[in-house]
Amino acid sequence: MQINPTKATSKLLFDGADWTFDLVKKAYDSVQEVGVGELGLDIYPNVIEVITSEQMLDAYASIGLPQMYRHWSYGKHFVRDEMNYRRGSQALAYELVINSDPCINYIMEENSMTMHTLVLAHAAMGHNHFFKNNYLFQEWTRADAILDYLDFAKSYVSRCEELHGMNAVEQVLDAAHALMQQGISRYPGSNKQMSLARERERALARHLYEERSFNDLWRTVPKQRAEEKPEGEEAPVSGGSSQVRLPEENLLYFLEKTAPKLEDWERELLRIVRNLATYFYPQRQTKVMNEGCATWTHFHIMNRLYDTGQLSEGAMLEFLHSHSSVTMQPSWNDRRFSGLNPYALGFAIMRDIERIATEPTSEDKDWFPDIAGSGDPVGELKRIWAEFRDDSFILQYLSPKVIRDFRLFGIHDEAQYPHVFVSSIHDERGYRRVRQNLAQQYCVSSLDPDLQIIDADLQGSRRLVVSHRVRNGVMLERANCERTLYHLARLWGYRVKLVEVDAESGKVLKEHENLRMP
Amino acid sequence: MQIVDRRLNPKAKSLGNRQRFIRRAKAEIKEAVREAVRSRKVSDIGAGEDVRISSKSLREPVFSLDSKSGSRDFVLPGNSDLVVGDAIPKPPPAGGRGSKGSKDGSGEDEFVFSLSREEFLDLFFEDLRLPNLVKAKLKSVKSTELSRAGFSSDGSPSKLNHVRTMRNSLARRIALHRPSLATLEQLEDEIAKAEAESPPDENLLEELRARHARVVYLRKTVAYLDPLDLKFNRFERVPKPSTQAVMFCLMDVSASMTERLKDLAKQFYMLLNIFLRRHYREVQVVFVRHTNVAQEVDEETFFSGRETGGTVVSTAFVEMQRVINERYPLSDWNIYAAQASDGHNFRDDMEECISILQSSLLSQCQYFAYIEVGAPDDGPYPPSEVWEGYEDLIGQHDNFAMRRVTEAGEIYPVFRNLFSDEKSTKG
Repeated sequence: MQINPTKATSKLLFDGADWTFDLVKKAYDSVQEVGVGELGLDIYPNVIEVITSEQMLDAYASIGLPQMYRHWSYGKHFVRDEMNYRRGSQALAYELVINSDPCINYIMEENSMTMHTLVLAHAAMGHNHFFKNNYLFQEWTRADAILDYLDFAKSYVSRCEELHGMNAVEQVLDAAHALMQQGISRYPGSNKQMSLARERERALARHLYEERSFNDLWRTVPKQRAEEKPEGEEAPVSGGSSQVRLPEENLLYFLEKTAPKLEDWERELLRIVRNLATYFYPQRQTKVMNEGCATWTHFHIMNRLYDTGQLSEGAMLEFLHSHSSVTMQPSWNDRRFSGLNPYALGFAIMRDIERIATEPTSEDKDWFPDIAGSGDPVGELKRIWAEFRDDSFILQYLSPKVIRDFRLFGIHDEAQYPHVFVSSIHDERGYRRVRQNLAQQYCVSSLDPDLQIIDADLQGSRRLVVSHRVRNGVMLERANCERTLYHLARLWGYRVKLVEVDAESGKVLKEHENLRMP
Repeated sequence: MQIVDRRLNPKAKSLGNRQRFIRRAKAEIKEAVREAVRSRKVSDIGAGEDVRISSKSLREPVFSLDSKSGSRDFVLPGNSDLVVGDAIPKPPPAGGRGSKGSKDGSGEDEFVFSLSREEFLDLFFEDLRLPNLVKAKLKSVKSTELSRAGFSSDGSPSKLNHVRTMRNSLARRIALHRPSLATLEQLEDEIAKAEAESPPDENLLEELRARHARVVYLRKTVAYLDPLDLKFNRFERVPKPSTQAVMFCLMDVSASMTERLKDLAKQFYMLLNIFLRRHYREVQVVFVRHTNVAQEVDEETFFSGRETGGTVVSTAFVEMQRVINERYPLSDWNIYAAQASDGHNFRDDMEECISILQSSLLSQCQYFAYIEVGAPDDGPYPPSEVWEGYEDLIGQHDNFAMRRVTEAGEIYPVFRNLFSDEKSTKG
């Protein structure tokens, strides 16, 4: 890392809490100088948008995307968040950043200048770099097209509401949301690379074609022909399950392509939800890394600004206060405990990597021979940010020191016992086990139920069979499962059966049946 | 880098979502609103409300793993003295265990949120409406008033707008070169002068006469005031909503009215007040209390003052009539009356009461409601004097209703009945 000599003339970026657009601009320039100039971060161009707390709540409610289409569930989240916020039981995040090109950063008008600087360092540099460079984001999302696609989705949904009624649209979206986590094609190659821009064009083009080729005369064609047609049409799609590619883990994709009763616009809605699920998939897999990267970056930048005399001591104290509350990790038996804090964990591991690269102990040399003492912490971090996701990152870089600092310990839990058991602690024997368990804990594919469509009778009973591969005896939660199954059946239009099969023995543990309800 | 100020963007962008949400949970929210009204002090109602609804229709199910089955490994932070093999009792199911669960509280069945005042009242009043809104059903307003609406080129002479008309006239006269009277007179002077000379200069005279003829011709053809110039003030009949209402609160404050009974009465007045406020831009409240004499008082005295004496209800009516005559002309005000009493009256007085009501008050009021408050343990008491007396009125007047209330929870249903569509007038 090359450090520019402090200029004697360098002055404070700002003084006091009040902010102006000029100050934000100035702060951004300094932050960028450290981030891009010194750290060499590779970022999308930034757009900074100033919003009010109410707008922030808005954005919150629609899963972080202000341009989201309308749905009652976002209204529900909004009133809940708003309630919590008013009561003070939930603080608003200082920032919100959208993985798009240009990268959109929201800052709240209520915040002080220090907080704005922090947010710029955190989001406009840290998250932005991560979005642009991490392989998952590159593989799964198209940053340049997401905003256009959201626009399209929003107007498409509202047009559907006009054409088909709010209730009809709501039903499809409810069902699609219920299956959203099953709307991702997880394994590379199972789904064509998709581009959101192309998606949008495709939908528009198809719609235009429909409009152009619309001929009212078709309405008058005798019914008989209309009945003949499906058979002819169905043949290429189905003709028995042999021709449909099964098993299929992407339920929404399958329904969109093969559900017998859906209308075109309903399929398009499924497609929209599916595309959004895919867009968010990398974020779910990189919580620790993403926040760790952003937190490490802001910590570094803020310190540099302070060292170069651009931040006053007061501002620095304000920053440290907020930084330390963001990276606080309560103990498991603390009242405030609500799981591992991804900010804390990510930040700790990245600081640790920095330490290992510069001042390794003999333990580090044993554990991380490739990076210990390499002397290029920023280079190592940038490589890690680009090439890992949470589970692989933890599995590779969670060091004994961090395990000791966090006093991590492993728990084994068998449902039938009234107790859980400590399986490993922060000692020589436990490090690897703790690390492995923690990595597993962040492995999204092991957190989500493993569901697949294994059979779909497209000609006879039209029954759909979904299997759940039960791992370690963990079954689906019954009430939720049945309600979700109902949504699935509604989209499919016919009976749906869900079979829970033990992954190892192949034994059928449980069956859920759902008839389509009127 | 670019900074965009989005603060001025339309606020409440989530309004669409919120409306969809409320629509979705409407049945439950309405029930919650009713519940809230029943248990809360009526005086709180004006503000927005926190309502608690069960989230049955708000469920967002997903396939999720059951934490109560199978086995799993996970990692927790903050070990203090645990070693391998230690057993930790599982917390009771409600707490959610450590690192898993509880994060996305999808399991919750209760959902609390706050309705804005508007939303609350909308739901509260949804299927209520004021009965016999003779004058002021806000949608079919009868009285109208004239309001200026620009100018028009036709109209009655009385509405002629002189300034506009003359401005047009002047402009036209200038544009068409209409000679002024002064020009004509000057010419005539010159002609007279020329004629007076001897011998008269025929050439000059001829020229002057020609000019005179031209001027006269022009003045004839270009009118001083042309129908074209006329501008009239234009008026439009604008429906004038009867936007004011006055609400008379009549209450017996004799010693037999305990604090509790007064509270009941008070809650009814407040509810009525809120309702009226929703329909009228201005609502005035007149408090008339009575024992054996009646007087108009302010709210403070009305509810807290204590008087002794007998009970003569008709005095209140006389007082009310006086106030109406003095301050609230029927053409401008919608009059509502709410009478609360424990039902005691001198039997002799009832006739007087009925006659005042029948002869004047009931025809003047949009609505007259009588609330008889009583203690819950009074049981099926014999009808009170007032109740008995009023019973005759029920069949005859649509705008009269009465109810018996014994506890706060009953006020709302009573209120609903009083103003609901199919108004039943039985007690």
